[in-house]
Amino acid sequence: MKSLSSIESGSRSGKFSAFKNGMRDGIPIGLGYLGVSFSLGIAAKNAGLTAFQGFLTSALVKASAGQYAGFIVMAASAPYVEMIIVTFIANIRYSLMSFAMSQRMNPDTPWYHRLLMGDYITDEIFAISIARPGYLDPFYTYGAALVAIPSWAIGTALGIIAGNILPMRAVSALSVALYGMFLAIIIPPARDSKVLTGLILVCFASSFASSVLPWLSTLSEGSRTIILTISISSIVAVLFPRNWEGEGT
Amino acid sequence: MTQNTYIYILIMALVTYAIRVLPLTLIKKRINNQFIQSFLYYVPSVTLAVMTFPAIIHATQSSISGLLALLTGVIAAWLGASLFSVSLACCAMVFISELLLFPL
Repeated sequence: MKSLSSIESGSRSGKFSAFKNGMRDGIPIGLGYLGVSFSLGIAAKNAGLTAFQGFLTSALVKASAGQYAGFIVMAASAPYVEMIIVTFIANIRYSLMSFAMSQRMNPDTPWYHRLLMGDYITDEIFAISIARPGYLDPFYTYGAALVAIPSWAIGTALGIIAGNILPMRAVSALSVALYGMFLAIIIPPARDSKVLTGLILVCFASSFASSVLPWLSTLSEGSRTIILTISISSIVAVLFPRNWEGEGT
Repeated sequence: MTQNTYIYILIMALVTYAIRVLPLTLIKKRINNQFIQSFLYYVPSVTLAVMTFPAIIHATQSSISGLLALLTGVIAAWLGASLFSVSLACCAMVFISELLLFPL
């Protein structure tokens, strides 16, 4: 985490070093994406997509569960309106992340950075962007996206072309790269805060419970993530309110 | 197939883009409400924690290797390893433990 906190924005060299740091931190994301998008490609192939169509979908949509849900809609040849609803529900959590990011933007950031940065809000790129102290640096996000998104799109195309070539044990190993990254983001701040340590344990427990409980477990993973995020964050915000006075300056 | 694949893709792309970009572009003010500030402070940790477990134990071929990867990741991150190292350690743990669980 030491390297994550070295931030000097504004100047041209600051932009460049933020971009470089973003690219570096984008590498584990890209590796994880390769494994996940490869298996997504297998689902895309079953829905009848060509490698090019899979590549295009991944490059434009950049959403794992959301794309998976979309491929199921395609496989069923469902009406377009169903695609709108499914995509909306499966991806609505990104609006929460976008909201959180809006509060960490430098007020002087021009609109085109907001339009571009928003497009790169994936669970992982959001996580590493917001884990840095101070204002968000668009160039850090661009650096990470430049590494991560192509590997997401290429992985999907590869999955469609060669779904059965990569050995299962390699896919299996790659598939935890993303979770390893999540842990690297949530654990270090929890070391110094009992509230955060407890919070993570509560999240693990309730997420596990919701995956086995009668009604909740029938919902999609995306819906469960939203329900748990909103309810747990609200409760903790009431019990342990925080001030951001030191942040973003 | 009466539906066009490219129209499906276009719909997915437009809907997700709108979801991602609208809050970021429309909310330009700092919200001073303490509840909302605290809520947004906790959102990243909560989302990531919720998405990590139990998903990590279903991602691998065996839930044992997934669980070992979780422990490896927590310990490595606790000891201050970098993003990349933690990630790599988890992958390595799955690969090695699955070699033992499912020998070639």
